[in-house]
Amino acid sequence: MSTPAVRTPEPAAGTTPGTAQGPSPRRRIALIPTVTLLLGALYCLLPVAWVVIASTKSGSELFSTFTFLPGTGFAENLSDLNAYRDGVYWQWMGNSALYAVLGALLSTTVSSLAGYALATYRFRGRETMFNVLLAGVLMPPVILAIPQYLLLAEADLTDSYWAVLLPQILSPYGVYLSRIYAAAAVPADVVEAGRMDGASEWRIFTRIALPMMVPGLVTVFLFQFVAIWNNFLLPYIMLSDDEKFPITLGLHTLLEQGANTPALYTLVITGAFLAVIPLVALFLVIQRFWSLDLLSGAVKS
Amino acid sequence: MTTARRRAYGVKGAPYAFLLPAAILFALFFALPIGYAVWLSFRKVKVSGLGLGSGARREVWAGLENYTAALTDGELLDGALRVLGYGCIVVPVMLGLALLFALMLDSEKVRLAPFTRLAIFLPYAIPGVVAALLWGFLYLPDVSPFHFALDRLGLPQPDLLDGGPLYLALSNIAVWGGTGFNMIVIYTSLRSIPAEVHEAARLDGATPLQIALRIKIPMVAPSLVLTFFFSIIATLQVFSEPTTLKPLTNSVSTTWSPLMKVYQDAFGKGDIHAAAAQATIIALVTLLLSFGFLRAANRRQKQEAAR
Repeated sequence: MSTPAVRTPEPAAGTTPGTAQGPSPRRRIALIPTVTLLLGALYCLLPVAWVVIASTKSGSELFSTFTFLPGTGFAENLSDLNAYRDGVYWQWMGNSALYAVLGALLSTTVSSLAGYALATYRFRGRETMFNVLLAGVLMPPVILAIPQYLLLAEADLTDSYWAVLLPQILSPYGVYLSRIYAAAAVPADVVEAGRMDGASEWRIFTRIALPMMVPGLVTVFLFQFVAIWNNFLLPYIMLSDDEKFPITLGLHTLLEQGANTPALYTLVITGAFLAVIPLVALFLVIQRFWSLDLLSGAVKS
Repeated sequence: MTTARRRAYGVKGAPYAFLLPAAILFALFFALPIGYAVWLSFRKVKVSGLGLGSGARREVWAGLENYTAALTDGELLDGALRVLGYGCIVVPVMLGLALLFALMLDSEKVRLAPFTRLAIFLPYAIPGVVAALLWGFLYLPDVSPFHFALDRLGLPQPDLLDGGPLYLALSNIAVWGGTGFNMIVIYTSLRSIPAEVHEAARLDGATPLQIALRIKIPMVAPSLVLTFFFSIIATLQVFSEPTTLKPLTNSVSTTWSPLMKVYQDAFGKGDIHAAAAQATIIALVTLLLSFGFLRAANRRQKQEAAR
């Protein structure tokens, strides 16, 4: 691995006094860590690279040519996918976007309100409320989803957009993260100063606290966005009309049918490739301002 | 005076108002379903006569009947054992790799760290269903590059989607999907260790390996505990990966994992009462394991702090 020349803005070792650490220390590379990380990256990128290549193969090439050799059928696969059941694939993608954007927005709103309250106020039942919310994290989704299904069926809401959207708004993990961010980012004396000026609690929250919490809330939003986009179980249980399917469920049904008609395999693969693009693009764009550190709930002071 | 009192009253009520949306959603979508599931688990459908006509199928109190049925059901136990075996591979391998990569990222003079960090984290963005689908195809003998390579080398080609290798195949999907996230959590806490700590150790002549083993790993123990805890919970709940692989192989049954069995009983067989009892058992086991684990971790931390 050569070091790009652009990355040497500092003066050369000879011109700086007091840096006599031997010949060009910056060119030494920690070989074992670098190689280990590259192997890890290779392992993580392998299936992604595969799906990119496999989506270019026609049905016959898929089973006859070497795996990592590109094929000639990408345009054909794309138009086949487009034509499949009048473009239901794009409907699935649109549904996923709707569930994820709306769900994550609502979830972030609820989390920020609850997290702020838990972090800034001392009130009776605070710890109990927080612990009860956190216990929600431990509940296996299927255990909630079956009675949720039965209850939503009572309300005549199963097999609707609401059935997928509503149960995902409250995220115990989102509340937990919001509480940490609020505690770290909103100083108590700023809130107190707002009160002195006669601002209402709501005004203090929207005008003072919320802007301070934004970096953390971006993380909560993205976390929920990914969680909802990737969710499979809840829509699997709630939905039967495939016009309302998110992309995960759509690809699953496509694969299930593909087991009987292998011609559909190329559609599944092309579909999987296209489904990966939005989230990967999102990650590449946001990683500039989204500190990965925030994901684990660590806030630097 | 009046404004002051009004303001004090407003401050008192504010936290409850802020928490109201979360509380309502919690009541509707967490507390109520859990209560309903527990209630259902003590009920059963009684069929009288031929089960025809109104009133022939009545819901009656079942006591612990559904629970004894679930606990003596071989399928549920088999599923639990399969998930146990799967978890014994996934959790140590995933966290071991996550720790290894985090330590490598934290080491000095490492090249391409931002790129590799992002690449290893990337699978987090890929839905479990899509991950299972991609790996499923990579396991298929006709498509797999591994089979191709083994064939060229004249080596036997194991069927990755059957028998023992199936565990490895499924575990690999989970390891692939989860390593990056755990790596970030561990890496974050590595970064929060003050530089002076290992600076001092290096001046004392400690090698990078010694620094990692004696200083860094003990200092990130709390985040290792956290990742371990969440990995166990995630493992117990495995559902979408085996469900996705099912169309590609005959060896994944509809009751492969306990949650798949619950789903199968509730929606395949339509026996929600049996499913509710199994779900309650799984939830109780999860809670017991979680609290047991957290208590043990807390006790150890206290012991260490007391030392």
